[in-house]
Amino acid sequence: MNALASNASVSTAYHPRQGGHGQVLRIENFSLWYGSQQALYEVSLDIERGLVTALIGPSGCGKSTLLRSLNRMNDLVDGVRTSGRILFDGRDIHAPGTDVIELRKRMGMVFQKPNPFPMSIFDNVCYALRVDGVRKRAVLEEVVEKSLRAAALWDEVKDRLEDNALALSGGQQQRLCIARAIANEPEVLLMDEPCSALDPIATAKIEELIDRLAGRFTIVIVTHNMQQAARVSHNTAFMYLGRLIEYGDTETVFTVPRVEQTQEYITGRFG
Amino acid sequence: MSDRRGRSTSLTARGEPFQWLLGGALGLALAMIVGLLMLVLWQGSNAFWPRPLELIELRDGTRLLGIEVRREPMPGGEGMRRLLRVGNFDLYGEDFRWIAEEAIASTRFPADAWMVERMEWGPFIGFLIGLERDGTLAETDGDALAEAHREARRRLREIRRIERSEIGAINHELERLRLALRRSELRHGVDSLAHRAEEARIASESARLEERFAEWLRKAKALRESDSRERVVLADVVGRRISLPLSQVVRFVRPNDLSLAGKLEVYLDRWWEFLSADPREANSEGGVFPAIFGTAVMTILLAVLVAPFGVVTALYLREYARQGRMVSLVRISVNNLAGVPSIVYGVFGLGFFAYLVGGTIDAWFFPERLPSPTFGSGGLLWASLTLALLTVPVVIVATEEALAAVPRSMREGSLACGASKWQTIRNIVLPRAMPGILTGLILAMARGAGEVAPLMLVGVVKLAPELPIDGNFPYLHLDRSFMHLGFHIFDLGFQSRNSEAAKPMVFVTALLLLAFVFAINLVAILVRARMKRRFAGSRF
Repeated sequence: MNALASNASVSTAYHPRQGGHGQVLRIENFSLWYGSQQALYEVSLDIERGLVTALIGPSGCGKSTLLRSLNRMNDLVDGVRTSGRILFDGRDIHAPGTDVIELRKRMGMVFQKPNPFPMSIFDNVCYALRVDGVRKRAVLEEVVEKSLRAAALWDEVKDRLEDNALALSGGQQQRLCIARAIANEPEVLLMDEPCSALDPIATAKIEELIDRLAGRFTIVIVTHNMQQAARVSHNTAFMYLGRLIEYGDTETVFTVPRVEQTQEYITGRFG
Repeated sequence: MSDRRGRSTSLTARGEPFQWLLGGALGLALAMIVGLLMLVLWQGSNAFWPRPLELIELRDGTRLLGIEVRREPMPGGEGMRRLLRVGNFDLYGEDFRWIAEEAIASTRFPADAWMVERMEWGPFIGFLIGLERDGTLAETDGDALAEAHREARRRLREIRRIERSEIGAINHELERLRLALRRSELRHGVDSLAHRAEEARIASESARLEERFAEWLRKAKALRESDSRERVVLADVVGRRISLPLSQVVRFVRPNDLSLAGKLEVYLDRWWEFLSADPREANSEGGVFPAIFGTAVMTILLAVLVAPFGVVTALYLREYARQGRMVSLVRISVNNLAGVPSIVYGVFGLGFFAYLVGGTIDAWFFPERLPSPTFGSGGLLWASLTLALLTVPVVIVATEEALAAVPRSMREGSLACGASKWQTIRNIVLPRAMPGILTGLILAMARGAGEVAPLMLVGVVKLAPELPIDGNFPYLHLDRSFMHLGFHIFDLGFQSRNSEAAKPMVFVTALLLLAFVFAINLVAILVRARMKRRFAGSRF
């Protein structure tokens, strides 16, 4: 434990489950600083295509930072520096000349709080297509229905697609955000604590949805709810103080973790 | 210990005196605002109410007929004195008379006393003798008088129409020809063949126009002559007679004989005249329509000019510029601009916009009109631009605040969908910030609409001969000077020959300007409430 307080790097215990389709994301020795504050220390991690990967750890451990690095949302923060590489389909996303907009189109993102735009349900879902230049009504209608069905929201909203999205309940809003994130058929779906603002019933629905979407998309989910990580993910990465401590298949991590700190965290002794 | 518990907390510790002080200050401020509003509202709404005509007989036998304006203690003496509006400026050379109350022998309110509002010389207060047609005087009663008066007013309107529209249009054409001639002279030179040909063409055309001009003039003159043959004969309280063309009378009122409904009719009629007619008698009578029109056009133009400026600046400052020392400096400067005295803007507007920019425009585009300036002096465009400059800080600050209030999660949601920064701003940030931007814009309009000092330098005049919008190409005349309600108040109150007579008009005009600004603010509040409702379900 005390080793982590200093800047010494730690060796991560790796035992992830293989998806059989290779890796969609490779994170290699990735470090990140907010100004002079280092938030991530040499994190290396492979995300398996088609699987659900959960990032867990106590608050401030850098799991959200890592997630937001994957689609370069951290670019918006002033004074961010990085080192190391993140390879998406073999290409470094920080390489000069990378089209960030293109990158983000290939990675949908769902945020902690539902953030539907103040426009109609229909316009929300097809937002990504519209900014992409799709104008054909028939195409948009088809995509909206498909995405809402995939997000298990279609039956609840099909009669009021033109209503303002802000009139939906919190859980519905979050599923709408998921529909919006998958409308443009991204390869990866990034979820940043998608259930933390929702009640248990809405949470159960979202978890069910993650189950259904797994396989179609590669999902990376940040959660502070360990039961949730255990329920929905195939692989789990445990992070602590900006380091990746253990990365392995979920069952092993939760039953026989290789590292003592993981054990302590998931049994609730700290965090 | 028990000793301390027994003592109550001291008054200063509880802070009650400060609470009284704060409450008192608020009360005082409110009382002053309410007092001001009540004064304007009372005086303004009262000004057009028909007041009784009082016939006063003094101990020395003098008889006076007029309206009591106010009553106050004699300066330095005992007793009271009254200010009586006696009218008949053409006979007496003054509109008002002070009367010491101790000199009054008797007063009464004769039912047949008339207040005759005229186009010139202010009101006539006296008695009606009769109508004079082609030199023969005949007695008349109220109904016949009203009928004849309506007819006479109709005739006058026709004469006016001819003079303004028909003759005005020909004048406009003649001026256009004169300018065309001058233009050709400037382009080809005085002795060139081309200029000679042009000169001949223009001369023949103007001759044709002059002919039509003369014809209309004859028509107007004939109408005026026949109009002036029908006259009304009036007598003042001591029997001195005057006669004037019936059409020169705006309104006959017999206030002592009016029922409440009748008074209300006169009251509303005067309000209508005030709102819809041109001013007369050095603005102290008649209407303020050109001023309302000028204020409205200027305010709209101001909004059109200030909106893009302010919003674009704020967008760049908030969304694109690197937040550093430079941006802070710009922000401080913008905020300081809001504190610069408005007359300074007026001087700047006159020097930079009118003389420099306008002078250059004149030299390049309107050389044929020189030396009389087109854009080279104050006008609607320069006034609006100056006010736009004056109010741009309001719009920038409001827009920046509205942009900053757009939740980060909205922007991130949009960017995560693969939208570019500009698409995010256009589709998410701007619509969301729109209520705040519009509120700022409308507040800027309200500020601009009530501004006077800079306008006096850059285009507002006491009496504009023409409205800034009319039927002649290019319809909106940005170069014309115009009238403005705020300046009208200043002009009435402090520049008029007869400030006592203009006083009610000052209050009415102030009331109108207040209502105008209040209406703009009300629109701002409604817009904000309406747009807020669109985001009502928002959880942020």
